[in-house]
Amino acid sequence: MSNAIETRSLRKEFGEKVAVANLTLTVQRGEVFGFLGPNGAGKTTSIKMLLGLVAPTNGDGTVLDAPLGNVAARAKIGFLPEHFRFQDWLSGREFLDLHGRLYGIASSKRKTSVEKLLARVDLYDAANRKLKDYSKGMLQRIGLAAALLNEPQLVFLDEPTSGLDPLGRLIVRDVINELRAQGTAVFLNSHLLSEVEITCDRVAFVKDGRVVRETSLHETSNVIDVELIVRNASPELLRDLSQFGKHVKQLNGTIHLETETDARIPELNRWLVARGMDVYKIGAAKPSLEKMFLDVMGEDARAG
Amino acid sequence: MRGIFTISQLTIHEALRKRVLLAALVLGLAFLILFGVAFYFMNREVIESPRGPETQAQRALVYIFLTMAGLYAVNFLMVMMAALLPVDTLSGEIRSGAIQSLVTKPLRRSEIVLGKWLGFWVILAGYLLLMGGGVLLISRVVSNITPPNIAIGLGLMMLEATLLLTLSIAGGTRLSTLANGVLVFGLFGLAFIGGWIEQIGSLFQNETARYVGVIASLIVPSESLWQLAAYNMQPSLMRDMTLTPFSPASVPSGAMVVWAIGYTLVVLVFGVWSFRTRDL
Ligand SMILES: Nc1ncnc2c1ncn2[C@@H]1O[C@H](COP(=O)(O)OP(=O)(O)OP(=O)(O)O)[C@@H](O)[C@H]1O
Ligand SMILES: [Mg+2]
Repeated sequence: MSNAIETRSLRKEFGEKVAVANLTLTVQRGEVFGFLGPNGAGKTTSIKMLLGLVAPTNGDGTVLDAPLGNVAARAKIGFLPEHFRFQDWLSGREFLDLHGRLYGIASSKRKTSVEKLLARVDLYDAANRKLKDYSKGMLQRIGLAAALLNEPQLVFLDEPTSGLDPLGRLIVRDVINELRAQGTAVFLNSHLLSEVEITCDRVAFVKDGRVVRETSLHETSNVIDVELIVRNASPELLRDLSQFGKHVKQLNGTIHLETETDARIPELNRWLVARGMDVYKIGAAKPSLEKMFLDVMGEDARAG
Repeated sequence: MRGIFTISQLTIHEALRKRVLLAALVLGLAFLILFGVAFYFMNREVIESPRGPETQAQRALVYIFLTMAGLYAVNFLMVMMAALLPVDTLSGEIRSGAIQSLVTKPLRRSEIVLGKWLGFWVILAGYLLLMGGGVLLISRVVSNITPPNIAIGLGLMMLEATLLLTLSIAGGTRLSTLANGVLVFGLFGLAFIGGWIEQIGSLFQNETARYVGVIASLIVPSESLWQLAAYNMQPSLMRDMTLTPFSPASVPSGAMVVWAIGYTLVVLVFGVWSFRTRDL
């Protein structure tokens, strides 16, 4: 089957400012794709180009096999904008009904979808209140519901949990899992890496408007990150540790090194004790997305 | 087409919900009541009194004059509504980002612009029927007189409102709400002043003043349309009393109507193009 999204060298300049330099990526149908990067990296601008909100300065692409901005394809796309601002003089129920109408959904179908989604995002009790009286998180919830109204094949979620309480975040996580189960592709922008780690199949890191790394989160890594806390770690100790693994470095009082197997951990522990070191903590840490983010972006990453 | 109607309905719904229409209606009704009471007492105390006009024809003239004064006020209300109602509709939604949830639906951007335009057009047409009809009804009931060519006159007033509405919508595709308001009222003001310069110019046979006035009317034909409407709605006797706001010394030609229609269409097409080609 064809891909949900394909882009070739998309570029967007706002005057002098290059918001997206060169975006080439592929998102498969049914895949949950995380799009990560520091503030100002061009994530929102990329989504806007894919949706036809912003015209690319250069490059092109397809979304659900249609050229960017194609009107008919939008019937199968859902979108939760970053700054969820809506027709706030409508009630939650009226808002969803309106958006269902704009999608061209027949009225009987619309009614059941609206009620189902109100319950899904836990806004049933607030459904008759005006959006202008909603809290930030409630607006984000109703926006999420609106993005799902048309049973889309592709959903763009631009920081869907930025205003949500822990329960709301759980809803988003479940919704994404349901979408995956239905074969819907999800394009997710988020700064909450722990959530991305749980929900996404694949992630791309963007920096200064370019994809600098793409990685599948299902690949089992054969590198183990060992974390170690000892008292009075000397430079000599750090040097000698390299016999146990690569990339030895000390970050905020914790020593990290990479080994191929966890069998080296007890060995390392005995060695440390034999040297008379006080060991406070020793163990394997799965290389986290957060660490990967910092590695990829570099410690000096600045908001662009 | 479905998209246009959905957006029009949404526009009307919004105007109702935000009580904009309520405010306009209350204002309009207050005006009609004032007009009715004033007309009634003018009629009883002045026109039909022994000190009043002697012949039937003179009386008719005064009645028509009063009716025209009422329609002139309605014209002002229409201008205000046409310029103000749509001034924020695109610029406000673009600024807040609410427009993003509309333009990512399976709708053409042109349908959004045209839908909003149509929604406001319907509101304005309803308002003109109510207010213009109210003034005409009051004068009919009190004085038993109706000005000639009402359909043409109201049609021209609607064309004027349509023109300003279209300017306001088109401006909102690129300008902030405030800048758009300043632009539309500025243009209307230009036409208004230009219209008077032209009148004074023709009265004193000053070609330069007339020329300046005509240029202003070409830039924004709104005031010319009112003058043409007023000219059509009065009997020939009254047309000779120059320099009231409703009996122009120089009557805009029929070509001005063609110009105004073409002007409106071009501005509308520009507005659609401008909205289609911008980043949101
Ligand atoms: N309309 C615009 N005009 C000018 N510059 C813009 C515009 N929109 C975005 N930019 C610039 O483009 C860059 C990328 O912005 P974008 O919103 O895509 O970042 P982002 O990755 O979504 O950031 P965040 O994580 O903060 O949401 C920023 O430097 C921003 O200032
Ligand atoms: Mg963003």
